Formats: sequence, C-alpha cells, structure tokens
Amino acid sequence: MAELHLQSHRLQNLWQKARELPLLPIGVLLIVFIIPALFAEVIAPHDPYVPNLRARLQPPVFFGGTWDYMLGTDRLGRDILSRILHGAWYVLAVSMIGIAVGVVVGTTLGLIAGYARGWFDGLVMRLVDISLALPAMLLALALAAAIGASFLSVVIVVGFALWAYFARQVRAEVLLLRNSDFVARSQVAGASHLRILFRHILPNVMNTIVVLATLQVGIAIMLDASLSFLGIGIPRPTPTWGLLVSDGRDFIATDWWISFFPGLAILLTVMAANMLGDWLREQLDPRQRQI
Amino acid sequence: MLKYLSRRIASSLFALLVITFIVFLLTQLSGSPVDALLPDDATQEQIDSFIREWGLDKPLWQQYLTFLGNAAQGDFGTSLKWPGQDAMGFVLDRMPATLELGGLAILMSVVIALPLGVAAAVYKGGSIDNGAQIFALVGQSMPSFWLGIILIWVFSVWLGWLPTSGMGSFSHAILPAIAIAWFQISALARLTRSAMLEVLDVEYIKLARVKGVSEWSVVWKHALRNAAVVPLTYFGILAASILTGSVVIETVFSWPGMGWVAIEAIRGRDFPVVQAVIIAYAVIYMISNLVVDLLYVVVDPRVRHG
Repeated sequence: MAELHLQSHRLQNLWQKARELPLLPIGVLLIVFIIPALFAEVIAPHDPYVPNLRARLQPPVFFGGTWDYMLGTDRLGRDILSRILHGAWYVLAVSMIGIAVGVVVGTTLGLIAGYARGWFDGLVMRLVDISLALPAMLLALALAAAIGASFLSVVIVVGFALWAYFARQVRAEVLLLRNSDFVARSQVAGASHLRILFRHILPNVMNTIVVLATLQVGIAIMLDASLSFLGIGIPRPTPTWGLLVSDGRDFIATDWWISFFPGLAILLTVMAANMLGDWLREQLDPRQRQI
Repeated sequence: MLKYLSRRIASSLFALLVITFIVFLLTQLSGSPVDALLPDDATQEQIDSFIREWGLDKPLWQQYLTFLGNAAQGDFGTSLKWPGQDAMGFVLDRMPATLELGGLAILMSVVIALPLGVAAAVYKGGSIDNGAQIFALVGQSMPSFWLGIILIWVFSVWLGWLPTSGMGSFSHAILPAIAIAWFQISALARLTRSAMLEVLDVEYIKLARVKGVSEWSVVWKHALRNAAVVPLTYFGILAASILTGSVVIETVFSWPGMGWVAIEAIRGRDFPVVQAVIIAYAVIYMISNLVVDLLYVVVDPRVRHG
C-alpha cells in the first residue's frame, strides 16, 4: 500500500516536471529540425536534387504560388521546402558529431588535467588558451584551402571550436571534486585512478556537460551554416541550409523566397536550441544563471 | 602591472607561433607544391631544381624555420591567382577596408548596446527590458549572412535608401556594419544588463543614493564604471566574432576587404594569399586582445595595482 502511494507520488512529480518543460522551443525544434532530419524521405513532397524546368521560380503559396510548391521553387525548379527538409539531416549530423567530438576530447582532457595536475594540466590549459584565442573561422579557411571542404573538415572545425569550453569547465569542477570526501574514500578503498575518474567524478560533472552541450548546439549550427554559405562547408549538391541561403543571394530583389525560408529555418532552430539551453541551465545549474 | 602585461604579450606571441605552425602543417597536407606550381610536363631536371630552390629536400623542421623566418619578414611568396602580386602586400592593401567595417561595427555595438543594457537593468521588468530581451534572443539566433541579405532586400531593393554592395561612400558601409553588429549588440546588451543588475544592488550604490547623489550620476558614474568590467571581458570575444563576421559579410556585400580576399583565394587555390590572410587576421586579433588587456588596467584598479 505504502509502495503504491509512493509510486503515484512519483508519477505526480514526473507530471509536474513535464508540465514545466519549455514546450514552445521543444515543439519548434521537433517540427523545423529533428523530424525533417530523420524523416525527410517520407515527408518531402518533391525530389530535392532533380531539376524541373517547367516549375522554375514558382513563388510561395499566398504570394501567387500553389500548395504544390508551398515555399516556392528555385531557378532550376527544385522545391525549396523539400530542399530544406533534406538539408536538415546534414545540419543535424554535422552539429551533433562536431559537438560529440568537442565533448569527448574536452571532457577527457579536462578530467585528466584536473585530476592529475602537474605538467599535463599546464599543457592542457595552454592548449585551451590558444584554442580559445583562435577564431574557428581561421582554421576553417586554412582547412578548406589545404585539404578542401568536406563533411570531415566541417566536423573538425566545429569540434575544434567547442572542445576548449568543455575542457576548461570540466577541469574547474574536477579541481573542486578531487578533494572531496568521496574521492578520498574510494582512494582508501583501493579504487584505481581510472575508476575514480570515470565512475565517481564523471557522473558529478555530467550536468555541466549536458548544459554546455545544449548551449553549443546553436553555435555549432551557426558555424556550419556560415561555412556552407561561404562555400567552404559540405560541398554541393548537398542542400545544407547555409548553401540554400547563398543560392538565392543574387536573386533577392526578384525571387526572395529562395534565400528567405532556409534562413528562417536556421533562425528558428538556433533560437529554439538557445531557449532550451537556457532553460536546462536554470534547471540543472542554478549557479550559472545570467552569465 | 608590467608583469601582467608582459605575460599577456608573451602568451599572445606564443599563440601566434602555434598559428604559424598549424598553417605550415596544413601547407604540407595540401600536397606537394611541385604538383601545384609546376606544369604537368615539367622535366625531371626542372623538378629537381625547383625542389632545391624551395628547400623541399631539407628536413621538415628546417623547412618550418625557413617558413617562420620568411613569415616574420612578411614574405609569403607571390600570389597564384593575382599574378605578380606579393601575397602579404596584396592582403595588407585590403586591410584598411576590413578595419573600417570592423571599427564601424564595434562603434555601433557599443553605442547601442551599452545604453540599452543599462536602461534594461534600471527599468527591470519594464517594456524596455522586455523589448531588449526579445531583441537579444532573436539577434543571437539570426545568421548574419541572412540578415545581410534581408537588409539588402529591404533597404536597397524596396526602399532604395542604400547601395546594395561594393565600397565607396560612407553609405556603402552602413548595411554591412549593421549586419555584423547585430549579434554583438544582442550579446553585449545582455551582458551589460546582468552586470548592472548585480552592481545596482551593492552597498556603495545605496550609500551614494542616501548621500543624495543624483540618480543619473549613480547609474552612469558609480554603477556603470564598476559594471563595465564584465562587458569588457566580452570584448576579446567581440573581436573574434567581428573578424568571423567580416569574412561572411564581406562576401555578402562584395566588400573588397581581407575576408573577401580569403574566400576568393580559397576558390582559386591560391595558398600563399590564404596563408598571408590567416596570419594577418591572427595578428589583428592578438593586437585587439592586447588592447582589451590594457583597457582592463584602465578600468579595474585591482589589476592596475596587483
């Protein structure tokens, strides 16, 4: 009986938590970004790559167009909506893998640096300083010139732009944790350093990592979009969102929809990700509010 | 204070060294210059003399030192895309255009964001505050290149007030500067607001009020001076994003600055110019960071005497 009561109480708690979820940003992220990324094949009304010269430069619906091409078509008659939907997958893949690279590299180095101290700590912190002092755009330019732009080069740039933030933050937290009782006790109990780091300390810095990673989603998407706009991102014909904006750049005076809608997709996605990140930070890490 | 400054300068120089190393390594990755610079039907003799002339037969570290020595003298070779042009000279020619745009963008950011952030903090919860919050949320999520295109659409095509692209009169610089500054205004206003909110709550502000100092002077003299340290820390980041912004925005507006050169050079696989642009950007960036460090000294007495 008591157990049942406890369970219903827990359910109630969960329900309350769910009601506090920021539904607006989550909804926007799902509709504009995640569902298109995963199910573009199914929901896109047209092929994003095949030109259809009979349907060239159709304006969007409500602006003289038809529902068949809801957001209009480009100069080759390709449906803008379908191109945005298909592009979402690449935007998602680049930003997620880039952030994952940043998280893994940054967290590992930050953990070891904070725990081991000594020369390794010094080295890592120097690298963090340099990395933070190097605008990611410079690396992107150099990489594009040296090995050519590709999926890989964009992921490297995103990972490079982000890892130092994770390393710095994780190291700072480890410095506080390594002197705490539970670390000393596991040392006495004979736990190996690896075990202490990954089983005892890592779970305690997980919140920070999650918050930071969510806040970086917007930065990663923006970086990817800028690179593909400049033509140093994932190469054509992949319809990444930045490339779609750049496609319509010279025709803004007459065919504004070619650039407008892909840019709107970037704006909505980044804004929703930022709102979600701010919300998470307040939930998980009240100390860092308003930074 | 001298110790603080010399440490900052040393670390900037070290970072520059690392950048030259990365640029050098990437040159190696890009394939042999023999393939890039010599015609396909070059004889073995030509190839050999080319290798000797460029020092390609020496060990890697020696090649790096040669590269570094040349770089220190500003010698990055001649451009491949713009024949006969000295790579660094060509980049330096374009530098004033970029600095003009970046300077205007910084000026706009400060002139708009500081008062906005202060007003939002003073009238916390009021309509200015709410408006500023929404502006910041949208501004920080908007891709600058898209904003630039929209600005051209509205102000050049529709209203016909300002030129669409290129460089010339002051009016050419307005739209690109707004496109670069927009994000910075959002970020800077948000930072200023939170810093001011913190300071306005402190004892010496209350004391100043009790003493009968005018509200104007409390906010702008006592509070802002102490709150200014926080937005200042942002200035280092500001320099970086304006640099990034200039690459993107110069492309949108065909503004013939360093960013435009960088993109054109990459398209033409003009490696000497790409190297020169990257190093030039890095130097500008390091210098602006040093200026921020100096400003700290001016604003924060703890650094000055520490």
